[in-house]
Amino acid sequence: MSELTALSTNALACTRGQKLVFRDLGFAISAGNALAVEGPNGAGKTSLLRLIAGFLAPAAGTIRLRTKSGEIEDGEERGKFIGWLGHSDGVKPQLSVFENLKFFAELYGAQSPIDPALEEVGLARLRDLPGQYLSAGQKKRLALARLKLSNRPLWLMDEPLASLDASGKKLAANLVTAHCASGGIVIAATHEPLGIECEKLALGAA
Amino acid sequence: MNSVRALLFRDMRLATRAGGSAMLALAFFAAVAALVPLGVGADLKLLGRIAGGMLWVAAILAALLSLDRIFQADYEDGSLDLIALSPLSLEASAAAKIAAHWLTTGLPLTLLSPVLGLLFNLPEQGYVALIASLALGTPAASAIGAIGAGLTLAVRRGGVILPLIVLPLLAPAVIFGAGAVLSALDGLANGALWLVAAFSLAAVLLAPFAAAAAVRLNLAS
Repeated sequence: MSELTALSTNALACTRGQKLVFRDLGFAISAGNALAVEGPNGAGKTSLLRLIAGFLAPAAGTIRLRTKSGEIEDGEERGKFIGWLGHSDGVKPQLSVFENLKFFAELYGAQSPIDPALEEVGLARLRDLPGQYLSAGQKKRLALARLKLSNRPLWLMDEPLASLDASGKKLAANLVTAHCASGGIVIAATHEPLGIECEKLALGAA
Repeated sequence: MNSVRALLFRDMRLATRAGGSAMLALAFFAAVAALVPLGVGADLKLLGRIAGGMLWVAAILAALLSLDRIFQADYEDGSLDLIALSPLSLEASAAAKIAAHWLTTGLPLTLLSPVLGLLFNLPEQGYVALIASLALGTPAASAIGAIGAGLTLAVRRGGVILPLIVLPLLAPAVIFGAGAVLSALDGLANGALWLVAAFSLAAVLLAPFAAAAAVRLNLAS
């Protein structure tokens, strides 16, 4: 699916407001794999995702993407490979479910049609409902559809299973599995088991 | 280009939907403009003279009202992270957002201004200058406002600090804009209009870069 072949970090350190969150973090993950980042509250799971996304600058160390056409270290360039599923859902209350998804599909230049994506996450029935009436779980499903449509090779997911019901969790696991099978990379910060075979990275308490 | 259009239309849709800021700005503009004659009294000659200045001040205040929405709402619900990671550069995103803000506030305010001019008994030779100066000057309010909105992004109740940052920077637009209307009333050559245009042009060209830098700073916090 992409030309991304691996992601690696070396001696990575992160500070937040003068306080050291973690240091000497080194890991590598290659295309087709998922990595579950685990750890107690405050261990730096979200910070790690924001570091990889390029929002935060590391206090020390490097994050490197290996692609078929060379290596990328620059944070902003890295951003163009990333599909983001954040802690906040990014659903606009004034826009319908369809409009919400269509906007991001257009913004990301997605080629895939919108309606099948809504069907896949089980929101086809709510297509024209304004975002404000969605439950937390339904918003998360919408965010999953958006992530898939973004068509990016490296998925960063912050608590992907939070507020999802049993079938939603299964859906998320299936999406992750399919993404890995097509050669993508998934890094998910999570408290609960993802429900799939994956590598694990434990962050200690700060 | 599709991405820019998507962001532009989406921001305009959000501003014009229920609870959006476009109608709010218009209503605020009309309310302030209607209050001034009540305060100043029925001196028609005086009202006609101060019409340009009062309408300019009211228009800037009305535009300020909705400025914090340029980035704030997207920041709070996580959309801004997604916009930052999109193929669009933050500079282009800021430019699209500034354009959307102007199209939903500055432009409607400009179109409403001649009606409010009637309330002030603005002499007929002043209308062209009033409309032209607002049309040329209000983009500066959206552009400079976006810088302030980017800077106050992570500040709680940033909407309150925002006018303090933005208003002083908009003083030149008010001076030249109101001046243009006065010159027209006095039948003088209208150089002030060109100064409004120049100020606005500089603001619109530079603001996306400054606003993007401010947003970047806040995303990293």
